[in-house]
Amino acid sequence: MTDHAAALAGLDAESAEWPRALACSGPRREEALAQLHGLLVRIAQKEVARRGPRLQLTGPELDDLAYQAAADALVAITSKLGQFRGESRFTTWAYKFVMFEVSAKIGRHFWRHPGVRLDAEDWERLPDRFGFDPAQEAEWRDLLAALHRAVDQELTARQRRIFVAIVLNNVPLDALVIELACNRNAIYQTLFDARRKLRAALAAGGYIDDDGRRRS
Amino acid sequence: MNGWSALDRFLRTDPQDVGCGQAMEMLHIYAELAAAGAPVQEHYPDMAAHLRACGPCGEDFEGLLAAVRGEAG
Repeated sequence: MTDHAAALAGLDAESAEWPRALACSGPRREEALAQLHGLLVRIAQKEVARRGPRLQLTGPELDDLAYQAAADALVAITSKLGQFRGESRFTTWAYKFVMFEVSAKIGRHFWRHPGVRLDAEDWERLPDRFGFDPAQEAEWRDLLAALHRAVDQELTARQRRIFVAIVLNNVPLDALVIELACNRNAIYQTLFDARRKLRAALAAGGYIDDDGRRRS
Repeated sequence: MNGWSALDRFLRTDPQDVGCGQAMEMLHIYAELAAAGAPVQEHYPDMAAHLRACGPCGEDFEGLLAAVRGEAG
């Protein structure tokens, strides 16, 4: 028995049955696909309802998004069936793809809003993005000017573009994935490196301590 | 949260952070253990560091956790 088969053999009966049914052919597979699709739709509907209040989406749009996410999750699950290693219940593994698809659909939906800007650089927005109090501008003006300089001087063109889109223009990371035709990890890692550089620059300039505390 | 702490939180990076690729790969394992009450933050500090810092992965985790708990409930 292979390690993969052994892992599956140690699963609960339902989790062991799902991959078998989905991997066979004929009516048994069709029945399993229909049953799984029903489960995925239910989970997707709950998920879009959970995220709904924070999105500019109405009831029918949310339901469409849930059905699209469930359909695409089903495609992902059937194409990756061999990657299910029995490390969780089958349904937990399957629902993960619903979450990914809901996130991707919401990211795509973001670009339907008119007036969304990717590259525009309005640095006047920076204080508001981090919640600095305009009444206390004298306390943070130098810090944010130093941050702007660090963005200009320390970041690569790609790091700068992603910083501007996410921080200044409030573009969600998953929406940027769609626009730049890359993946979540690539954008996160680019921004991660940019954040590290910016912190180091601010610390070197004496604006913050290395441990992040504000210098008085 | 004031501007200083928000900026500090944004700029703070954790060297343990596993990144989105690995987090997405093991999200189902982490969520199922978390739903069962396992001390996942202690067992997987690198995963926990990522979920604290990455909004999209954190959102996916919260959704998956809710789905698993809903199934169990």
